Amino acid sequence: MQRWMMSGLMAALFGFLLLLVSVRQAVLLLVGVGMGAALAGTRFGFTTGWRQLIERRDPRGVSGQLLLLALASLAALPLLAQFAELKAALGPPSVSLLLGAFVFGMSMQIADGCGSGTLYKAGMGVALNMAILPLFALGSFLGSVHIDHWLALGYMAPVSLSAELGGTGALLVTLALLGGLALLVRVWVGPGKTWWSRRWVGGAVALAVLATFNLLLAGQPWGVVYGFGLWAAKVAVAANVFDPMGNAFWQQAGNARMLSQTVFLDVTSITNIGILGGALWVSSKAMRVGVESPMASRSAKTLTGTQWAVGLLAGFVMGYSSRLAFGCNIGAMLSGISTGSLHGWLWVPAAFGGSLIGVRLRRHFQF
Amino acid sequence: MSSVVQKKWVFWLVLSAFLGWDWVNSPLPDLRQEPPLLAAGSGQTSTGAHCALAR
Repeated sequence: MQRWMMSGLMAALFGFLLLLVSVRQAVLLLVGVGMGAALAGTRFGFTTGWRQLIERRDPRGVSGQLLLLALASLAALPLLAQFAELKAALGPPSVSLLLGAFVFGMSMQIADGCGSGTLYKAGMGVALNMAILPLFALGSFLGSVHIDHWLALGYMAPVSLSAELGGTGALLVTLALLGGLALLVRVWVGPGKTWWSRRWVGGAVALAVLATFNLLLAGQPWGVVYGFGLWAAKVAVAANVFDPMGNAFWQQAGNARMLSQTVFLDVTSITNIGILGGALWVSSKAMRVGVESPMASRSAKTLTGTQWAVGLLAGFVMGYSSRLAFGCNIGAMLSGISTGSLHGWLWVPAAFGGSLIGVRLRRHFQF
Repeated sequence: MSSVVQKKWVFWLVLSAFLGWDWVNSPLPDLRQEPPLLAAGSGQTSTGAHCALAR
């Protein structure tokens, strides 16, 4: 599809949202398109950055992610202190979080994409990620259905650094912890490494700006996983295979309301759709009708049947575990840490531990 | 048309079909109750759902 045609379709969706849904949702679609373009244009992959650090001791991806976290925190924490309407991404520290983040970190390496990575690669036409998306949604839905049982293993109330330390204190602690992470990375990679690349820095700056827009407009931080689970839940309810009123998570007023209205009113769904569209738009630069993008072509030719099966299973597990972990790299790590949630800081080491195993499994299956 | 491009079309058609089905089967949004363009400074707390929420 030509780029002008794609721009026209996105403009049509924007107009549709503007006229029939709400001005905010229409603008959030543009924010999502920007996110997709930034992710795809700079290949800003959280999964890849971690893998490069583990396997090649290459810090460029992780330093880009640390820059993103620092910039997003510098914007979000003062905004949260200033505007009472804005909400932080506060998840409960829990056994569920630790287990979920560990399994998520492992499966995202096998599936080669976290929540945002799966979205932008699906948008670019990578066959495995396009196939993973519905399974991710199904896993995310089932994770939400079972979340109460997982929480029963032990949890505490969400901890907000802003509430505990004040806005300035939370920002200083967050920046100090990010500096500590950078120090650990420096110890791991050793001297003489290149730390910055234009691609990663550009992606970090763009995503930090767009995540801030998301917070200002929607009143909540950027998220990915909830939208996926909502889509699958709507299908399950319509198919009469799921009764939301009999479930602890979906009978909650906010979630029940989401089920009863169009997904175009859900903030996360709108940015997810935008990310897919933005990535498609970027990928169209090297493609015309009937001609596949280099990235999509490369990925399709290299997968065996076993790799397909393992990749799809990993996608499903990733969706399930992301609910247990109260978010993926976006909802838990980026949004959690940048809005002062302790759960984001617990998520990172657990998911990284899972990634240490995931990269080995990935190698075992010769991805 | 290559198989990858065909899969891409299938992906976008399925997604569009889901969104269309959802729109047709959901009540029309009440434009009189639409959320403020900017949540910050609006005086209205966000009621949106987020993946960090346990419930």
